[in-house]
Amino acid sequence: MPYRTNVLVCAGTGCVSGNSFGVAQTLENEIRKLGLDQEVQVIRTGCQGFCAEGPIVIVQPDGIFYCGVQQKDAVYIAQEHLLKGRPVRKLLYSPPAEKKPIPALKDIPFFAKQRLVVLRNRGAIDPERIDDYIAVDGYAALVKALTEMTPEQILGEIKKSGLRGRGGGGFPTGIKWETCRKAAVSRAVDPVVVCNADEGDPGAFMDRSIIESDPHSVVEGMIIGARAIGAKEGFVYIRHEYPIARERLKKALDQAREYGLLGENIFGTMMNFDIEIVQGAGAFVCGESTALMASLEGKVGEPRAKYIHTVEYGYKNRPTNLNNVETWANVPLIINRGAEWFTSMGSGDVSENPWGGSSGTKVFSLVGKVKNTGLIEVPMGIPLREIVFDIGGGIPEGRSFKAVQTGGPSGGCLPESALDMPVDFDSLTEAGSMMGSGGMIVMDDQTCMVDVARYFIAFLTEESCGKCVPCREGLRSSLDALNRITQGTGKPDDIGLLREIGEVMQDCCLCALGTSAANPVLSTIQYFKDEYEAHINKGVCPAGVCTALIEYQIDPEKCDGCHACVHGCSTNAIIGNVKQVHFIDKEKCIKCGACVEACKRNGILKVPRSHAA
Amino acid sequence: MVDVSKVQDIVQRHGCRREHIIAILLECQDEFSYLPREVIEEVAAEIDTPLNSVLSVATFFRAFSLKPVGKHQVHVCMGTACNISGGPRLLEALERELKIKRGETTPDLQFSLDTVNCVGCCGLAPVLTIGQDVHGKLKQSQIPRIVKKYRPKEASDAQTVH
Repeated sequence: MPYRTNVLVCAGTGCVSGNSFGVAQTLENEIRKLGLDQEVQVIRTGCQGFCAEGPIVIVQPDGIFYCGVQQKDAVYIAQEHLLKGRPVRKLLYSPPAEKKPIPALKDIPFFAKQRLVVLRNRGAIDPERIDDYIAVDGYAALVKALTEMTPEQILGEIKKSGLRGRGGGGFPTGIKWETCRKAAVSRAVDPVVVCNADEGDPGAFMDRSIIESDPHSVVEGMIIGARAIGAKEGFVYIRHEYPIARERLKKALDQAREYGLLGENIFGTMMNFDIEIVQGAGAFVCGESTALMASLEGKVGEPRAKYIHTVEYGYKNRPTNLNNVETWANVPLIINRGAEWFTSMGSGDVSENPWGGSSGTKVFSLVGKVKNTGLIEVPMGIPLREIVFDIGGGIPEGRSFKAVQTGGPSGGCLPESALDMPVDFDSLTEAGSMMGSGGMIVMDDQTCMVDVARYFIAFLTEESCGKCVPCREGLRSSLDALNRITQGTGKPDDIGLLREIGEVMQDCCLCALGTSAANPVLSTIQYFKDEYEAHINKGVCPAGVCTALIEYQIDPEKCDGCHACVHGCSTNAIIGNVKQVHFIDKEKCIKCGACVEACKRNGILKVPRSHAA
Repeated sequence: MVDVSKVQDIVQRHGCRREHIIAILLECQDEFSYLPREVIEEVAAEIDTPLNSVLSVATFFRAFSLKPVGKHQVHVCMGTACNISGGPRLLEALERELKIKRGETTPDLQFSLDTVNCVGCCGLAPVLTIGQDVHGKLKQSQIPRIVKKYRPKEASDAQTVH
């Protein structure tokens, strides 16, 4: 590489919203002004993962990690670090509990425990340049798959690797591919490969980040899959909420076509294959395979019963192989490095049976009430505790851990007793949750579990397509019960009712949205029944979240009459003269919580409604 | 009046096939800022599909609106991380600031307010988006200042609104 130093500026959605493009521009201007433009180059990379500390700038080859970089800071970095070789201390990362900053990326605990496989190129290459990807062995697996391996050998390798679908279900990828290939051969119909990038789970952004930081790895995986299955046509179904990812993917496809990696006679072989991007339009249910395919055909995204599998009759009744973004991104590595390398990571034993364990790594979005939020990749089987406390750094503001929610709206909430459980497909399902696509939302003692269940059921009620009765009516009745409970009018038998509805839905719904929809309710009842009972029997929300059950009060011990809360209140509900203790007029208070934010002395208390009566 | 020739251009660009209906409608929505009845009828005629098929797609997906929407579309993220970090409070604050409810548009057609399931910036929770801009790590006290940035400054600005 002709440049002495590379400055990597994160251009993932999180950092972009913090103006990382402005930072990159300023860096480039300064570098030019200092006459360093022959020696130093600025690269806009995909998501670095440590979104909480964005915008992020990394200076290579030393691996110096800067966080929270603003445009004005970019000038310092250029003058001090790039010109004089002195890292800018005030922009280095300091762990919350310590004062001493950590200059190098590899020493930061958030990164140190991760194992980057799918995200290996994140923040290391420019995702918009195919040459960058090729320089790090990109498309080498494709060359191998096309020139040295038969489709059967590719299938064999993927099967041996034990790779299971990363979209949530955990179905063995190799078996899926093989079934699709067989169906296509026996019916003599051209099969189709589809990449599911309709990442709808709230609290999850793995797929977006993979496409934003390394789109070619997905493209390469799909071409290899098409070779194994015998497909000529491929689709990527991507959410319209992800404009940056869509643009990068489009560029990647254009570049791949230009290099002869897509289109006719790929690498001079007989293989023809191309990929089209199709946009979703904001329907959660379209992440379900049959709904997604209906949507691809230009129809309403309603699922159908799956006694006939989509690998046999999918898109336009053709054999259709659908895999998630992360699954596709794993494929080139398995082909390149072999199944044995892949099975060396993870838990269980997949040598006889792919259902026997979970091999490889998994990407999670670690968010919510945890100090280090962001995107992480860990080997399968890592204890949940290590993720939350070592990588995540524990719970902020000295609060205590209550639960971690995995698997999106179809998953469940796991309590502290589950923290030592290994994170893999089967352990999570056994505990009443699921892997899902990889959202991991940490909750502290200020989170109400009944409200969380209500939130997910409200989400699913809105997203249910309404085709089958158990899902449509079951969700609506569950939501009614949960609304009652959070508003303090719950009935004693509501818990039993919720359980009963949940069990019926698990048995009777048409698609996975419905059969798993009760998980948030059932798992919170299983682990946090006392909170439900407190709401119903005592009319108390222990976490102080459900507004109908709480009141705000000013702690006279703490109030110094600074008036900050008075300015913050939009309904003039706070009364009191400057330097005198204030109090809240309960008639006017709308319980918006603005005063809690405004008070610098933590002087606003949330008390149970009955307490003050 | 709606210029249906624009619809024809859009359909031509994507190809008169039913598979492209979502892409066509998304582009029409960008062009007209919502989907007027004339546009839906024109799309149905162009791709030779029954009106009710087009309409069912247009009403099924959240991205489409059959009513005029504001110049600035405010979307409050209701992803799980945002939800437990105060997203609902931001929505309430916006409802007070804009004097409209979720799903509504201000009478001057400046702002529309709605929620979005997840914008995928969970590290910045709670998040809201206005047009293409993402605002993260928000407190409800910041809402009036953010909204003010998007309000028209003078009456002359209002003329540029289509």
